[in-house]
Amino acid sequence: MAFLEETVRGIRKDIVKMIGKAASGHPGGSLSSAEILTLLYFEQMNVDEKNPRKEDRDRFVLSKGHAAPVLYATLAAKGFFPKAELENLRQLGSMLQGHPDMNKVPGVDMSTGSLGQGISVAAGMALAGKMDNKSHKIYALLGDGELQEGLVWEAAMAASHYQLNNLIAFVDNNNLQIDGAICEVMSPFPIDAKFEAFGWNVITVEDGHDFDELRTAVEAAKKSEDKPTVIICKTVKGKCVSFMENNAGWHGKGPNAEEVKQALAELEA
Amino acid sequence: MAEKKSTRQAYGEYLVKLGEKNQNLVVLDADLSGATKTNIFKNACPERHFNVGIAEANLMGMAAGLATAGKVPFASTFAIFGAGRAYEIIRNSICYPKLNVKIALTHSGISVGEDGGSHQSIEDIALMRVIPNMTVLSPADAIETEKMMDVAMAIDGPVYIRLGRSDVPVLFDEDYQFEVGKAGLLKSGDDVTLIATGLMVGPALEAAELLKADGISARVLNMGSIKPIDTNAITEAAINTGAIVTAEEHSIIGGLGSAVAEVLCDGVPVPLERVGVKDLFGQSGKVAPLMEKYGLTANDIVTAAKKAIARK
Repeated sequence: MAFLEETVRGIRKDIVKMIGKAASGHPGGSLSSAEILTLLYFEQMNVDEKNPRKEDRDRFVLSKGHAAPVLYATLAAKGFFPKAELENLRQLGSMLQGHPDMNKVPGVDMSTGSLGQGISVAAGMALAGKMDNKSHKIYALLGDGELQEGLVWEAAMAASHYQLNNLIAFVDNNNLQIDGAICEVMSPFPIDAKFEAFGWNVITVEDGHDFDELRTAVEAAKKSEDKPTVIICKTVKGKCVSFMENNAGWHGKGPNAEEVKQALAELEA
Repeated sequence: MAEKKSTRQAYGEYLVKLGEKNQNLVVLDADLSGATKTNIFKNACPERHFNVGIAEANLMGMAAGLATAGKVPFASTFAIFGAGRAYEIIRNSICYPKLNVKIALTHSGISVGEDGGSHQSIEDIALMRVIPNMTVLSPADAIETEKMMDVAMAIDGPVYIRLGRSDVPVLFDEDYQFEVGKAGLLKSGDDVTLIATGLMVGPALEAAELLKADGISARVLNMGSIKPIDTNAITEAAINTGAIVTAEEHSIIGGLGSAVAEVLCDGVPVPLERVGVKDLFGQSGKVAPLMEKYGLTANDIVTAAKKAIARK
């Protein structure tokens, strides 16, 4: 347990540092989903950093592609590529594009960034797994604002129709999107009842930063017999950096040098 | 009278043969499998046919996902919904990551007929051509459709195949060879070159005969490969015949005419006349009167050829 806590702390520090260096990027939704990715890559997923395209690996699709920094920091921590690469986030010629590129970054299973598309692709991956009688899982991470995209629900309908129980989607429910509170911009609530109505197995995690709760949810999701599972995680946008927490203003901007210093000091404490 | 067959029919039938040879081939449709003819494949191979319902965006997204796992998806619906509604999924989830998805869209152009302007795609070539990593193929008949499907299977990346609803004459025989990036020389000539694609290849051949009666020698090129396009054949035609006419069942903005104009601008600029839909939406009607109304007949090509020659 201490290992996961230490790992996620390091990932958060890398997120703050790389977005500060790039002077642009999406810290809020990266920090809110850090525990989800840490649990998946360091405990739950069958992946091999030495062989990123291993055939029967579990797949992860970052449907909320703007949270690329948390994926990059996690993959680097896992050893898919050197941590030094994180300094090149969003720089000309860098493999670490503003949104993930599967052909540039070892360990990225799908290029994403345009919201709603990742979950649709993940459903296709899961269907392929079913066709070939494979046992690996497809994980996807959606934003709560992303649920406003119609394609999410086209994909949700299909995943249920094809009984894709090998598909496990997380919703990073931090309640904020660029323009403000999700319930003010365009409420996606009730999220659980919507997925239930679409035929999904629905699990709610009250604290999306609690590894035990997340683990229990994933273990239950893996046992789903004929339905895809959504794990709705209540999270805090900008988690662990006091001035970013619950502040939509930190959805998509980079901290300055002073702010990076303060954030790192808080993460060290 | 030559045998007639729609390119969508040829597509549906040949999918079965391709699917026998390639176990990774899967077919996706969006509730139009009767019209796109993928139901022929469905009947032969139901376990590899997926009808995702009336959801074209998800059609393309799921095709992308299947491709990441080594499947070779053929995704089909009408051109207006595939290239139009699902455009950005094709761009970002198929072409940006260069996934091996074949996008075979039927009911392109105004020859859709009675369904009218809302269903007649006159912009799909433009939309698909502009995306990096995409190959754009536009068959003239049933045989060329089959050959293009073979070629599409051999390409590791996204391919768009533009198919039609109406029956068109079978122009080629089984020995016909199609190569990506190569124009087919259908007729030699020195005074003007007619470059046609899709169901306008027939009228272009007819136009060449009409021009011959007027003492004009017209070269005819079949441009089935719109991207990559045969730069050499176009440049050679410009040098040797000095005037060019393009003919397509598509808007004159962004399609074959524009692609040829781009090549001419870069190389040997000569007079070019574009026969196509003139920045207008289509409408309901029978196919033949529609083609006449929108200026897509052999006579329209003849008029354009004479105009191009006069501009030399």
